[in-house]
Amino acid sequence: MSISTEAARPPEPPGPLTWVRRNLFNSLFNSLLTILMVFVIFYTVRGVIYWIVNVADWRPVVNFPFLYLVGQYPRDQLWRIGLSTSLIAILFGLSWGTWGGLIRTFAVSLGAFFAVVALLPVQSNELTIPVRGALLANVLLIFLGFRLGRLQAVKGSFTAIAWLLAIEVITLILLPGLSLRETLTLLIGSALVFIIVYIIYQAIRVGGINSTLRILILIAVILLAAEIALASFPNLANTPLLQKVATTSWGGLLVTFFLAAGGIVLSFPIGVVLALGRRSSLPVVKVFCTTFIEVVRGVPLVTILFMFSVILQLFMPPEARIDRLLRALMGMTFFSAAYTAENVRGGLQAVSQGQVEAAKSVGLNSVQIMSLIVLPQALRAVIPAIVGQFIALFKDTTLVIIVGINELLGIGKSIINSDPEFIQLQAEVFIFIAMVFWISSYILSYASRQLETTLGVGER
Amino acid sequence: MSEPIIICRDVNVWFDDFQALKGVDMEVKKGEVIVIFGPSGSGKSTFIRTINRLEEHQKGQIVIDGIELTHDVRNIATIRSEIGMVFQLFNLFPHLTVLQNVTLSPIWVRKLPRDEADKEAMQLLERVGIPEQANKYPGQLSGGQQQRVAIARALAMEPKIMLFDEPTSALDPEMIKEVLDVMVELAQSGMTMLVVTHEMGFARAVADRMFFFDEGLVVESGTPDDIFGNPKEERTKLFLSQILTH
Ligand SMILES: Nc1ncnc2c1ncn2[C@@H]1O[C@H](COP(=O)(O)OP(=O)(O)OP(=O)(O)O)[C@@H](O)[C@H]1O
Ligand SMILES: [Mg+2]
Repeated sequence: MSISTEAARPPEPPGPLTWVRRNLFNSLFNSLLTILMVFVIFYTVRGVIYWIVNVADWRPVVNFPFLYLVGQYPRDQLWRIGLSTSLIAILFGLSWGTWGGLIRTFAVSLGAFFAVVALLPVQSNELTIPVRGALLANVLLIFLGFRLGRLQAVKGSFTAIAWLLAIEVITLILLPGLSLRETLTLLIGSALVFIIVYIIYQAIRVGGINSTLRILILIAVILLAAEIALASFPNLANTPLLQKVATTSWGGLLVTFFLAAGGIVLSFPIGVVLALGRRSSLPVVKVFCTTFIEVVRGVPLVTILFMFSVILQLFMPPEARIDRLLRALMGMTFFSAAYTAENVRGGLQAVSQGQVEAAKSVGLNSVQIMSLIVLPQALRAVIPAIVGQFIALFKDTTLVIIVGINELLGIGKSIINSDPEFIQLQAEVFIFIAMVFWISSYILSYASRQLETTLGVGER
Repeated sequence: MSEPIIICRDVNVWFDDFQALKGVDMEVKKGEVIVIFGPSGSGKSTFIRTINRLEEHQKGQIVIDGIELTHDVRNIATIRSEIGMVFQLFNLFPHLTVLQNVTLSPIWVRKLPRDEADKEAMQLLERVGIPEQANKYPGQLSGGQQQRVAIARALAMEPKIMLFDEPTSALDPEMIKEVLDVMVELAQSGMTMLVVTHEMGFARAVADRMFFFDEGLVVESGTPDDIFGNPKEERTKLFLSQILTH
C-alpha cells in the first residue's frame, strides 16, 4: 500500500549538491575537466575585471555621451529628441499596462537604459543635472504610463490611437524643414504603416478580421490613395514652423534605432505581402514578387545601400529627391523584407493541406482561410526565424557607414580619429559598442522566446 | 419529402491520367444514413470529397439540395455551408481553442454575434459530451475528444448533410466508441449522413443503405440486411469476409 502512495507523487527535484555531483563530477575525466574550467574561468574573469577597472581608459566612451546618443544633432535642438523620447517612454509604459506580456520586456529595458545613462558615475559637461533629471523623468513616465494603462477605462484601442498620434507628433517634431509635400507624405505614410501593422497584429491575436479591423482596413486604403495622389502633386510650398535639422547631422544610437525600428516595422508587412504574392495564382503578381525576392537576396546589402543612396538619386527629378537617411532606410527595409518573405513562405508551406480543407469545409472563403487559419499558424511557426532576421537587420545598420551615415559604430570611429590620444584606445570604444549591440540583440531574442511561449508555439 | 437531397450522376474524377472515380451514381434522400466501404484506394474519400468540392469532378453531375455543383464560386460557397465534414485526422485548428474552433464558422460565415455563437457552441459541446474542454487547445485533448470537437465544429454550421471520412480509423479502440455514440445519436436525430467507415457494427445499427466501392465504381449497394445477409457480388463477399474476420 505504501508503495502506491509513494508512486503517486512526482519524484523530488534533485538538490543543488546532487546536481553538481551528477553533472560536473560524475567521472574522473569530467571532474578534471570541471576543475580545469573553473581555473580558466576564474583567471579570465579576473583578468577582464582588472582590465576594465585598472587598465582601460574609458574617456573616449564616457566623455561624449551626446555624440554616441544623437551624433551631431544641433545641441540647441536636443529638446526635440528629448520630447520624442519622452513620448515613446510614456507609450511603452501605457502599452505595458494595457497589453502586458511582451511589451513589459521592452518597457523595462527602455527604463533601464534611461536610468543607466542618467546615473552614469562620470563627470561630464554634457550630462548636466537637468539632462540627468530629464532622463530619470522618463523612467517615471514609463511607470506613470503603466499605472495609466492598468486603469479599467483605458482600452487597447485607446493605447493604439495614442501610439498613432504619438508617431505623427514625433514625425512632425523630428523631421520638419522638409517640404510640405514631404511632410504630408511622411505623416500619412507613418499612419499607414502603423495601421497596417496594427491590423496584422490584431488579426493574429483575435484570429481574424472583425468589424473594427474592417474599418481600419478601409482607413488604410484611403490613406494609401491619399499617399499616391500626393505623389502626383507638384511640390507644395513649405512653411516650416521648426528650424530645419538636416538628417546629415543625425548620428549614433538615434540613427541605429531609427534604422532598426523603422526597418523592422516596415519590412515585416512588406515581407508578408511578398510571401503571399509569391504563392499567388496571378502570374503577374507571382513573377513580380519572386523576381523581387530573388534579386534582393542575390545582392549584398552594401550594394543595395549604394544603389539607393547613389543610383536612385540619378533617376529622380531634383525636386523629388528623397532624404539620405530615408534612402538608407528604404534599402534596409527592402533587403530585410525579402528575407522575411522567404521565412514567411517557409511557414506557409508548413501549414498542412488538411487545415485548408477543414477551413473550406466550414465555409470560409479564401481571404478568411488565409487570414484566420493559414497566416496565423505560418507566422507562429517562423517567429524565431523572423526575429533572427530582425536581429541581423539591427546589426546590419552598421553598414550605413559606407554611405556616409554615422550610426553608432561610425560615431565610435570618428571619436577615435578625433584625438591622437584615442587611437590607442580603440579597444575600449569597440568593446563598448559591441556590448550595446549584444545587449540590444539579447533583449530582442529574449522577447522572441517570450512571444513563443505566450503564443504557445512549444506546446503543440 | 422523398425528393433526393444529393443526386450524383455518372461522376468521374481523374488525377492526371489516373481515373479515381469511373462513373458513380447515387441518390440520397433527406435523413438517410449511407455507409460507404471498400478496399483502400477504391475512391471512397475521393467520392465524398467531391461532394464538398474538395476535389473537382471532370465529368457527370452533382446536385445538392437543388443546387448544381459547378465552377460557380457562389454555388460552391452555398453548398459548402450546407455540408459539414469530419476528417480522419480531425484537422482541428491548433491555434484556436476548442470553443473558437466551433464558433469560427457561426461568426464568420453565418455572421452570428459572438455571445450567441458561444452559447450555441457550448450547447453543441454538451451534445458531444465535452463542455468542460471548451477553453483548451486541440493539442491538449485525446484523439476521441478531438474528433468529437470536429463533429461539433461541423454541426455549428447547421448543415443539412454531414460527411464522415473514416472518422474513427485514427483512434485507439477505447476511443472509437465515444465517437460512434455521438454519430449514432446524430443519425437518430434525422441528419442526412454519408459515412466512409469499416465499423460494421455502426453500419448494421444505423445505416439505411450501404455502398461497396471498388476501383472507382459502386460494385454493390443495398440495405445492411442485403449486404450482410445476402451479398450478390463475389468481390463484396470476399471483402466482407476479410474485414469481418479481423
Ligand atoms: N490528390 C491525388 N492525386 C493523385 N492521386 C490521388 C489523389 N487523391 C487520391 N488519389 C488516388 O485515387 C485513388 C483513390 O483514392 P481515395 O483516397 O479516394 O481512396 P480510398 O478509398 O479513400 O482509400 P483509403 O481507404 O486508403 O482511404 C487512389 O489510388 C489514390 O492514390
Ligand atoms: Mg480514404
